[in-house]
Amino acid sequence: MPSAEAAPRSGGRPGAAAEQVAAWLLALPAMLLMWAMLLGPAVAVGLLSFTDWSFGDAEIPWHGLGNYAELWGDRVFWISLRNTLIYVGVSVPATVGLGLLAAIAIEGVTRGRGFYRAAYFLPVASTLLAMALVWEFMFHPTVGFVNQAFRALGLPTADWLQNPDTALLALAVIGVWQNLGLAMVLFMAGLKAIPKDMYEALSMDGADGAWERFRRVTWPLLGPALVFVVAITAIRSFQVFDTVAVLTEGGPSKSTEVLLYTMVQNGFTFLRSAYGAAITMIFLIFTLALTLAQTILLDRRAHYG
Amino acid sequence: MVSTFFRHGFLLLGAAIMLAPFVLMVSISLKSPGEVFAPEFRLLPVQWHAVQNYTDAFTKVPLARFILNGFIVTFCIFAAQALTALPMAYALAKLRWRGRETSFALVMLALLIPPQVPAIPLYIGMWQLGLLNTYAAIILPSTISVFGIFMMRQFFRTVPDDLIAAARMDGMGEFGIVWRIMLPTAAPALAAFACLSFIWNWNEFFWPFIAVQEEHLMTPPLGIAFFSNAEAGTSFGPLMAAATAVTAPLVIAFLLAQRAFVEGVTMTGVK
Amino acid sequence: MARVTLHRISKRFGGTQVLRDVSLNVADGEFLAILGPSGCGKSTLLRVLAGLEGCDAGSVLLGEEDVTERAAKLRNLAMVFQSYALYPHMSVRQNIALPLELRRLSAWQRIPLLGRLSGSAVRQDIAAEVGQVAGALALDALLDRRPSQLSGGQRQRVALARAMVRHPAAFLMDEPLSNLDARLRGEARAEIVALQKRLGATVLYVTHDQEEAMAMADRVAVMREGRVLQVAAPQALYDDPVSLEVARFVGSPPMNALPARVLLEGRVEVADVELPFRAERGGKVTLGVRPEALRLSPEGIPAEVTRIERLGADVILHAEIRGIAAHALARLSPEHVAGLAPGAFIGLMPLRAMLFDAQGARIALHATRREHAIG
Repeated sequence: MPSAEAAPRSGGRPGAAAEQVAAWLLALPAMLLMWAMLLGPAVAVGLLSFTDWSFGDAEIPWHGLGNYAELWGDRVFWISLRNTLIYVGVSVPATVGLGLLAAIAIEGVTRGRGFYRAAYFLPVASTLLAMALVWEFMFHPTVGFVNQAFRALGLPTADWLQNPDTALLALAVIGVWQNLGLAMVLFMAGLKAIPKDMYEALSMDGADGAWERFRRVTWPLLGPALVFVVAITAIRSFQVFDTVAVLTEGGPSKSTEVLLYTMVQNGFTFLRSAYGAAITMIFLIFTLALTLAQTILLDRRAHYG
Repeated sequence: MVSTFFRHGFLLLGAAIMLAPFVLMVSISLKSPGEVFAPEFRLLPVQWHAVQNYTDAFTKVPLARFILNGFIVTFCIFAAQALTALPMAYALAKLRWRGRETSFALVMLALLIPPQVPAIPLYIGMWQLGLLNTYAAIILPSTISVFGIFMMRQFFRTVPDDLIAAARMDGMGEFGIVWRIMLPTAAPALAAFACLSFIWNWNEFFWPFIAVQEEHLMTPPLGIAFFSNAEAGTSFGPLMAAATAVTAPLVIAFLLAQRAFVEGVTMTGVK
Repeated sequence: MARVTLHRISKRFGGTQVLRDVSLNVADGEFLAILGPSGCGKSTLLRVLAGLEGCDAGSVLLGEEDVTERAAKLRNLAMVFQSYALYPHMSVRQNIALPLELRRLSAWQRIPLLGRLSGSAVRQDIAAEVGQVAGALALDALLDRRPSQLSGGQRQRVALARAMVRHPAAFLMDEPLSNLDARLRGEARAEIVALQKRLGATVLYVTHDQEEAMAMADRVAVMREGRVLQVAAPQALYDDPVSLEVARFVGSPPMNALPARVLLEGRVEVADVELPFRAERGGKVTLGVRPEALRLSPEGIPAEVTRIERLGADVILHAEIRGIAAHALARLSPEHVAGLAPGAFIGLMPLRAMLFDAQGARIALHATRREHAIG
């Protein structure tokens, strides 16, 4: 028989200690890998950027902000950064805009949706490199599809990938082509979330045309989706590398030198690991800035509609 | 009526542009060198050179090996991702333990780090361990999918708590709950994740480019790049044949699993 | 089957005290209903008993053993959840077999596919037991279906089967019938009680439906705000509630609570009309009269009819008592109400009543006339 007193207990669930152990065991592999492959190296890259180590050196001399100072004066770095920002500045509006148009158009038709969705999304799933080589052919000055089409339409032609003025633009076209489908699919999800009766309410209020519907219902209610898509697209564009590495190698005349390519060149080809690490940090800061901007904008929209 | 016509017209034009490179790729892979650079564009070759091109593609470079590597690598990566992400997602979603909030914060933090950032230290680390130029080098960095953890956690949160309480009362341990209750319930989400993991890792170029130099280890994108450099524009037909061969598994998988693909992608955005 | 004892259980959730010094004894083979409104702590109490929640003080005993610190799966208790919690990806057969597999097959034997290489004798036993239980609950035809293919009533039986197959020390049921529609509920109720009697099972049954509790249980524990107010057999709860709260909780429509006065010599008055009762104490009191204990009489409490609900066999009369702004309900036969309409003036005479003090506790009351009684 229990005593007349109420025995004091810990308040925890029976078996809570075992649950604690189990949870740690379940989380352990993932946590170990996360530290080993992501967080640890991220910290290491930061630290490395403050040293003056090159691959194969015996010692790791401290260099403080030396690498960053060198970056500040490095002409190629500034060109690279500028090119990357131009690339993002061109491809993001194009990708987002075209993706939105495609999403709205597809949502507005009743037949063929599956086909259109597959056609527009296929580039996202395909191997960029393989398709980039096809694009290289398409950009060929004489037999390339682009120039043939332009000639037929009376538009000016150029040696797209060999001309320093147009190379970056050509790469941006490839980037837009690849990412458009992703933006489109994300917008389609956002569009589906808009209640149909808002359009009906708008009709009752007297506005029926496509432009009014877009302006008064679609655009405002797509707000959060828009911010998200822009951020995702911007971050992906910022990571441009494959096309540069295989098609142009940064040229002609450094017109397609982009941040990640510069990082790989310095960090791996030139074996200047610490310098490459500094470039990586710049890259990381820009990416974080984009994510931060996204969070702030989304937060503001959530609170102020 | 008119507007539908315009919509379809617009969409078809767009679809044509989106699909043009694929069509072109296959078309060139069927042509002889003379026809590839012919001044006028024809969809199908006058003279079929397909057999020659495809044979060249598979003999001039170890294309079959590249494709096999693609399958090996994506399979191993996905298996490792699932094995590590599912238990962690369950622990984060359903268990009560000290350190849960911190761990989740770390996962969110890791999500912010682009995959290229750890490259230099990972390379150095692997060099020291002698792992460069091995399958391990390609596979290891991708075994952790923070995105996978996040996605599965969101999904697991929707599983009713009563179900887990019933399992506990029936005598199931936490480990059993992950594989016998959570996994089957999350099958659709996992399938979507599998599709995303497959495309992403098949097409991954940045890290394999850095970590691997030897032909026999190359993944499909690396193999194509290698081919392109090696042949320097002379064998365009075989190059396109190789490109077609490498893209084909993805396209087939995509068309078959279209719904899972698209759902997987939208699940990431629309939480 | 075993005796279940909850001894002085207290629990807080964050800032709220959910269970306050709760004690309950359930005899071996007894059906105890825990009855209370939402938020009274009854489900929490059940979960503490099951081992799914811990407590801040007190003990849980099964038989003579103190199991308070033991994890849920080691307590040999089976629980039927409100949502049934059936494993959606397993067949009915697999759902019922799982508790047995987990206990009798080793970890190696439980590995899908390969594990099947060993333990076939155990599996045969399990299959036989599953078949037995399924037969007892008329689930034979449904064994290969998935829960999503079953109706609510069928799912409920599968949940029961899964609990039964373990031959637990006691069954814990958390509002298992609340997800069924009213028609099915009556049948399911009878089935559960019949099953319990047949098995001689100890059952703790949580519900907010007082009719369900009264109909099914050997004893009912009435809970409110984390405390057990009274534990008694259904009829005793009805005839002899320990407080006004309990009295009003049991019985439908609820007991009338009329403000009353006790005068010299214990005379009881409501709205200035003296009633044929004598009270032992005085003060500010409440007279509790059940609707079924009211009759129309010219010597009764004057009231004005506000509404008449004719339900067929009974009539529920709503009336406003003049002078004290109290509302009363009376349950009468149709003949007594013939000719009455809202606005009519009547007299209400209680045949049986109870008296409660200002805190709601019972005060002894005697009838002064032979035909009246203490209720």
